[in-house]
Amino acid sequence: MIPASIDGNRIWQIHVRPKNTALDPLGRQRWNDVRQIPSLAHVKGVSASTLYFVRGPLDRKAADTVGRKLLTDPVAETFTLAEGMAQRDADEVAVEVHHLPGVMDPVAISTADAIAELLGTGAGVDVRTARRYVIDGARDSADLEQIARRVLANECIEAVYIQGFGRHDGLPEVFPAAPEASAEPRTVPLRHLNRDALTALSRQAHLFLSATEMETIRAHFEAVGRDPTDLELETLAQTWSEHCVHKTLKSEVVYRGADFGRDGEVEVRFENLLKDTIAEATRRLNRPWCLSVFEDNAGIVAFDEEYGIAFKVETHNHPSAIEPYGGAATGVGGVIRDIMGCGLGARPIANTDVFCFAPPDFADERLPKGVLHPRRIFKGVVSGVRDYGNRMGIPTVNGAIHFDERYLANPLVFCGCVGLIPRDRIAKAACPGDAIVVAGGRTGRDGIHGATFSSAELTDTHADEFSHAVQIGNAIEEKKVLDAMLRARDHVDGCLYHAVTDCGAGGLSSAVGEMGENTGAAVDLEKVPLKYAGLRYDEIWISEAQERMVFAVPPDKLDTLLAIFREEHVETTVIGRFTGDGMLRVRHKGTTAGELDMHFLHHGLPKSTRRASWQPPAPRHVAPPEQDLGRRLLQTLSGPNVASKEWVVRQYDHEVQGASVVKPLCGPGNGPSDAAVLRPRLDGRRGIVLGCGLALSRADDDPYWMAVAAVDEALRNVVCVGADPARTSILDNFCWGSIDDDYAMGTLVRACVGARDAAVAFGLPFISGKDSLNNQFSQSAEEAQRCGLPQRIMIPGTLLISALGLVEDVTRCVTSDFKETGSVLAVISAPADAVGLAPAARLHAAVARWIAAGHARTVHDVSDGGLAVALAEMCLAGGLGARVSLDEWGSENPAALLFDEPLTTYVVECDEDALAELTVPEEAVTVVGEVTPEPRLVVQAAAVPLIDLPIADLASAWRSLQP
Amino acid sequence: MARVKVLVLRTAGINCDQETVFAWQQAGAQAELVHVDRLIESPARLTDVQILTIPGGFSYGDDVSAGRILGNQLALHLLEPLRAFLDAGKLLLGICNGFQVLVKAGLLPGPPGGEPTVTLAFNDSSRFEARWVHLHVCTDRCAFLPAGATLRLPVAHAEGKVVVSDDDALADLCRRGQVALRYVDANGGPADYPANPNGSVDGIAGLTDATGQILGLMPHPERFVDPTHDPLWTRSAPSEPDGRILFRSAVARFR
Repeated sequence: MIPASIDGNRIWQIHVRPKNTALDPLGRQRWNDVRQIPSLAHVKGVSASTLYFVRGPLDRKAADTVGRKLLTDPVAETFTLAEGMAQRDADEVAVEVHHLPGVMDPVAISTADAIAELLGTGAGVDVRTARRYVIDGARDSADLEQIARRVLANECIEAVYIQGFGRHDGLPEVFPAAPEASAEPRTVPLRHLNRDALTALSRQAHLFLSATEMETIRAHFEAVGRDPTDLELETLAQTWSEHCVHKTLKSEVVYRGADFGRDGEVEVRFENLLKDTIAEATRRLNRPWCLSVFEDNAGIVAFDEEYGIAFKVETHNHPSAIEPYGGAATGVGGVIRDIMGCGLGARPIANTDVFCFAPPDFADERLPKGVLHPRRIFKGVVSGVRDYGNRMGIPTVNGAIHFDERYLANPLVFCGCVGLIPRDRIAKAACPGDAIVVAGGRTGRDGIHGATFSSAELTDTHADEFSHAVQIGNAIEEKKVLDAMLRARDHVDGCLYHAVTDCGAGGLSSAVGEMGENTGAAVDLEKVPLKYAGLRYDEIWISEAQERMVFAVPPDKLDTLLAIFREEHVETTVIGRFTGDGMLRVRHKGTTAGELDMHFLHHGLPKSTRRASWQPPAPRHVAPPEQDLGRRLLQTLSGPNVASKEWVVRQYDHEVQGASVVKPLCGPGNGPSDAAVLRPRLDGRRGIVLGCGLALSRADDDPYWMAVAAVDEALRNVVCVGADPARTSILDNFCWGSIDDDYAMGTLVRACVGARDAAVAFGLPFISGKDSLNNQFSQSAEEAQRCGLPQRIMIPGTLLISALGLVEDVTRCVTSDFKETGSVLAVISAPADAVGLAPAARLHAAVARWIAAGHARTVHDVSDGGLAVALAEMCLAGGLGARVSLDEWGSENPAALLFDEPLTTYVVECDEDALAELTVPEEAVTVVGEVTPEPRLVVQAAAVPLIDLPIADLASAWRSLQP
Repeated sequence: MARVKVLVLRTAGINCDQETVFAWQQAGAQAELVHVDRLIESPARLTDVQILTIPGGFSYGDDVSAGRILGNQLALHLLEPLRAFLDAGKLLLGICNGFQVLVKAGLLPGPPGGEPTVTLAFNDSSRFEARWVHLHVCTDRCAFLPAGATLRLPVAHAEGKVVVSDDDALADLCRRGQVALRYVDANGGPADYPANPNGSVDGIAGLTDATGQILGLMPHPERFVDPTHDPLWTRSAPSEPDGRILFRSAVARFR
C-alpha cells in the first residue's frame, strides 16, 4: 500500500456505465429483487454502474488509458474520468455501495496488478471499487434506504451512500486507513478471580468458555506461577471452542429414556458419545480400504492402487445468516482448504452442497428484527457457492435443499469437498527444525472470532456484534495456492514439505497449534504479511483471513518451494519454526506474547459429564391431506422440498474437470438424479458416487429413526446409480440448537445411536464428521409476538449423512429416467414387519448386485413425497408415461402406498425376466405396472382410477420453485 | 511423422487445463501446459508447436470483465509472436474463457489493432448457466470444424452473450464466413432461450478469424470426449463424442 502522503499520488475516478439497459443485466436483476418486495413494487427500474478509484502517480493521460484499455469494453460500455473520489451527477436519485475498510475486494486487487502491467511503470497503484445504482420510480428517501438495506448492500461489509429527495450522504474523499491499534501484549489477571468473575470474563472477552473450563485455565496458570496473556487466553478459547474440539459430542453422557429402535426403557452410559457411537461403527466394521479416518482434515478411502479419495463436509451457518453470499462462499473455500490440507494435499475434484432455509415465500411483515429474508438468504447462498466453486474449477455435483420455518434465523449451509490424493502422500508430520511457512492471502482484521462466534446463539444484534467474523472470499487466490502446492507436492525430488494444514477456524493459532502438537513451535508474528498496518498481535494470531495454508518445510527444500510459489504469484513467508520442546511460543517484535504447553493446549480441556433423557413426544396434529390423489400429487411436486432445484443446479458448473458421468439432472426431461457419478481418472472406467440423506420429516418424531432413515437414504441414493455398498463410506454432520438441557442432549444421543446402528447394519464406515451446535435465535418477547414466532427459535435437530460410493465400471451406471415403452415397473422394498435392519441391509446389497450385473434399465429411490413422486419424476425425466396398478399389493389404503415415505424402497424399470435375477425374498418385489408411450401417469386400484395426469402437468408443477 | 505438439496456456484462475490437455492427447497430439509468464519470457516456445489453446476458467477471477486482463497481457506482450505463429499456418483455439480472452485481446474477430466490433457480455439471464446446447457449424473455412455439421456440447458461463457494435459489423462477420458456430434448437432451427443460452446476437456461439486458423467458442468440446460425458448416455448407443471431432480435425490438419 502507498501511504497517502507520497507526493505525486492522485486519485482518479473512472466511472464505467453500460451503453444501454439491454447491456445492464445486473441492474435488471437488482430491479427484479426490488420488485419482489411488496412495499417496493412501484419501483420502475434500477441501472447499475461501476466506479473504480485509482490512487497513484498517474497523470490524466495515464488514467484515461486505464479507463479506455482496461476498465471499459468499447462495444458495451462507456466511461467518464474525473479527478477526486466524490464528484457525481447531483441530480441522480441513486444508492452507492462501497466496501467497508478492510473487506476483501478481489476486483480491486486484480485491477491494481493489471494497471501496473498496462502502464509498465512498475509503480504501484491502489484501487478501490464501488457500485452505483440509479433508481427510477422511488417515492422518497425511505424507499432508497429500504432498497439499499434489503437488496443492494449488507452493512456488515459495505457502506451505503444515498442521494436523492433532499438527501446527500457525503461520499468518501480519500482512501480509508485501517484503524491503528496498540501492540503491547497484555496480561489478564485471573488467578484471583472466583467462578462468577471467570464466567463474566469469558463472556465479556467473547471466549465462550464455561466456568469449569475457566477454572481449569486458572489452575494451570496458578501452577505456572503467572497470569496468562490475552493471546494465551484467546489461543485456548479457539482450540477449546465447540467448533474446533466438539466437546459436547465428546462428553461423557448418561442416557435414561426410551430404548433405541425397540420398545422399553434403558439407561446407557457413554464414555465419549462420539467415540462410542459414530467412531464405534467404523471401528467395528474395520474396513481395510479406510486409509485415514477421523484424524486428518478429511477422511480418506482407497480408490485404486495408486490413489485415495478424501471427503469432508463442513457447515458455515452463522456467517451465512449474517452475510449469505460471503458466508456461503467462504464456507466453500474453507472446505476446499480442508481437502487441500488433508494428508500432504488432495486435489479437489467435486463439491457438494446441502442447504436448509425457511420457505422463500415467508411473509415480509413477519420477519424478526436482525434477520434477513429467506429469499435473500437463498439467493445469496446459492450465488456464493456458485462463484467460489465455479472459479476454483471444482464441479458442484450433488446436494439438497430443505425448507422449514425454523431455519428462518439459522439457515444451514453444508459445504462438502472431495479430493483425489496419491496414496503415498497421506502420511504427514512436522519435524523439529522445519520452517513454518504461511502461503496465500494476507492477514487482515477479517474473520476475528469465527470459531467462537460459531459456538454462540444468534440474537437480533448479532450482525453488529460479529460483523468482524464475516468475510468475503477470493477464490482465485485459493486456486493459485492449489496450483503452487500441487507442484510442490509432486516435485521430482519428492514432496517439498513434511506437513500442511489449512488456516481455518482459529487462524494461525489453530493451524500452528495443531501442526506443532507433537513438536512445539515458535512464531514471530511481525513476520506475517498483513493487508494493512495496525493489526494487534493477537488479531494476527487468531484472524481467520481466507485463502491461507501453513506448511512445515525442511530447510534444504525451502528455497525450491519458495521459488515455485513465487512463480505462481503466491506470497509465501517463513514465520517461525517447529521446535522440539513441546511449547507453543509466540513472539511479537521480540517480546513474548504467549507461551503455552502444547500438552495443556491439546489435552487440558476438562471432560464434562452430561445427562440425557428422551421420551417419545405426543403424536403431532397433522392437517388431513388432500383426498383427491391426483391433486395431492401435484401439490406435493410443487412443494418446495420436492420441487425441481434446476434453478440452482444450472448455476453450478457440474462438468468442469471433464469427469462427469451421472449429472445432477437426467433424461431428456431433466429429472432429478439420485446421486452423482464421476470418473476421477480421465483415462479410467472406475468411478466415485456421491449422494446424501436428510430425513427431516422424522426429526420431530424420533431422532433415532431420523438418523437411521438418513443413512438409509444416503445409501439408497448411491445404490440407485450403481455404487457398491461394500465399498461405500459415510460422513455425519450434526446441526442442533443449544444443548442446554437433558432433553436436547437426549435427542442428540438418539441421533448418534441411530446413525451407529444403521452404519453397522449396512456396513458403512463413518470416515469424517462435524457438528455445529447452538443453531438458535433469541428475540424479545414483544418482537416474538409481533412476528407470531417463539421467543427462541430452535432449528430441528438436523443430521446430514453424505455417502461416497465406488463403482467398478461407470458404463454400468443407471439413471432415474424411464427409458423404454413396455418395460416392467416394480417396487422393491424391505418387508415392513421385518425385525431389525438386517433384511434392509441384504436388500440394498441385492439391488446393487443386480444393477451391477446389468439387469436394471432405470432405478429411482422412494424418498420425499413417496412412491407417487418417484413415479412422476421417472416419467417427466424420461418423457414417457406409466400405467400403475396397486392391486398386487392389496389396496386398502392406496394413499398410504402412494405417499408414505418408507425406508429401503426402490422403484425399478427392467425386462420382466430380469426380476428373476434379483436375489431378494419374493415378498420384497411387487410388480406394479409398465412404462407406456403415451405421456400420462395413470394409477389405479381395484379398477378405480386414482391418478390420471399428463406428464406436462407433473413437470410444470415440479418446476414451480423460483426464488 | 512427428506428433503434433500443442501448448495449453494457463494462469491464475484458468481451470479447464487438465481436461483440455487430455482431450488433445486423446486426439493423438502431444500436449503440454505452459504458464503465461513463461510464454511471455520465452515466446520462442511457440515455434516448435502447431497449436496453442487457451482453455476455460476464470483467468484472474474474470475481474473487471471476463478475459479482459489475460487478453490485455496477450495484446501487450505476445501479439508479434502470435502473428508469426499464425503466419506459419498454425492454429489457435480459445474455449469459453479462452474465447473471451481472444476477443478482448482483439484477435477475434480480428485483425488485432483495429477498433473492436464484437464483445462478450453478461448472459441475458444475468446468471452463470450450465446446460447442453445444439450447434450448427456455419463456416467452411475453420480448421477445427467440419462444415455443415451439427454438434451437441455443454456450455457453462456467465458472460457468453455475443454483442456487436452495429448491424454492419454483424453483416461483415457473416459475409466473411467468420460466424463459426450458431446455437440452434433440437431440430436445427433458430434458437430462443434456453437453446440460445445467453442471448447472443444471431445465435452466435463461436467465431473464427478471416483465415480460419483461430477458433473461439463458448461451448466446451473437451467436456464431450467420452461417451459417458453425454447427459443422455444411459439411454443411447455410444457414437463418437462430438467434442472429439474438433480436436481430431485440428490434429489431422498437420498429418
